[in-house]
Amino acid sequence: MRDYRRLWIGLVILALVSPIGLYLPELMRAGAAWGEWGVDEIKQMIGYAPAGMERHAEVWKAPIPDYALPGREQASPSHLSLAYVLSAFVGIAACGGGGYLLTRWVIAGRGKRRA
Amino acid sequence: MHIPDGYLGPPTYLAAYAACAPLWAIAARRLRERLSARRAPLLAISAAFSFLVMMFNVPLPGGTTGHAVGGVLIAIAVGPWGAMLSITIALAIQALLFGDGGITAIGANCLNIAFVMPFTGYGAYSLLSRLLSSEKGKAVAAGIGGWVGLNCAAFTTALMFGIQPLLHTGADGRALYAPYPLSVAIPAMMLGHLTLAGTVEGLITGLAVYFLRRSQSAWVFRPAAEETGP
Repeated sequence: MRDYRRLWIGLVILALVSPIGLYLPELMRAGAAWGEWGVDEIKQMIGYAPAGMERHAEVWKAPIPDYALPGREQASPSHLSLAYVLSAFVGIAACGGGGYLLTRWVIAGRGKRRA
Repeated sequence: MHIPDGYLGPPTYLAAYAACAPLWAIAARRLRERLSARRAPLLAISAAFSFLVMMFNVPLPGGTTGHAVGGVLIAIAVGPWGAMLSITIALAIQALLFGDGGITAIGANCLNIAFVMPFTGYGAYSLLSRLLSSEKGKAVAAGIGGWVGLNCAAFTTALMFGIQPLLHTGADGRALYAPYPLSVAIPAMMLGHLTLAGTVEGLITGLAVYFLRRSQSAWVFRPAAEETGP
C-alpha cells in the first residue's frame, strides 16, 4: 500500500543515518548509559564485582553484541558504523517480521472468536 | 534505560515478568477487538520505528548517554495498548539479538519502556490536547506527552535499580546486584532524562505529529483513539 511505503522509506532513512547515535556520544566523550555498565566497569567504580551480578551478567550471548560484529567491537569507526547500519536493517527486519507475525496471530484469533 | 542482566535480583525480575503477563494479554485482546485490518501494518512499523529511535544515543549531562524511544508517538498512532505490544517486540529483539537489555530483565524493561511510558505519556497528551485543540496545540501536547512518558519510564527504571541494595546486600555490606541506592539512582537517572533525553523525545514526538498530520500520512493519527484507546 502506498501509504505504508512512505513510512517504510522513512525507517530506511533513519537506519542509514543511525551512526549519528554512535558518533555523538563519542564526540562528547560520554560513557555508557547509567546502569548499563559491564561488570569490569562496575568493579572499577565501586571496588568489587557484586556476586549476583557476576553470576547473572553472562547468561545470554547475543549474536550481534552492542550492534557490532562479534569480536570486532574495537574495530575502526567506519567499520563500526557499517556494522551499526547493518544492525539497524537487521532490527527493521526482525521487528517488522515479529510485528507482522504478532498482528497475524491477533487477527487470526478474531476469526476464531466469531466462528 | 535498558536494564542489563545481573542488575536486578530474581525477585524483582520475576515480579516484573509476572506484572507484564496480564498486561500483554489485555493488550492482545484489545487489539483483537479493535484494531482495523487497514491499520494493522502500523504495529510492525511501530516496532521497527521504536527499535531505530533507540539507536540514536545522545550524550547526557553527567557523562552518560540516553536515547528517545518514540513510545508516546506510537501510542498516539496505535493507542497505548498497541504501543505496549510493538515496543515489547523492539525490546525483545534488542535483548535477544543485540544484548541491549538483559534476557532476565525483558519483563522489567517492558514494564518501564513499553507500559509506563506509553500510558503516562498518552495520558498527558490526551489531557492536554483537550485544552490545546489547534493543529499546533496538538503537536505541543504530543511533545509534552513525550517528555512526560520518557521521564516516567526513567523514574520507574531508577526505582528498580535503587531498591536492589535494600533487597540484596550481603553480610559484608557488599551489594549482590545493582549497587547504588535510591538516593543515587533517582538523581542520576533523572538529571539526564529531565533535561536532554526528555527534550529530544518531546521534540521528536511533537515534530512528527505536527508534520505527519499535515502530510498525506495524516490518517496515521486520526482514528487511533477510537480504535485502540484505553
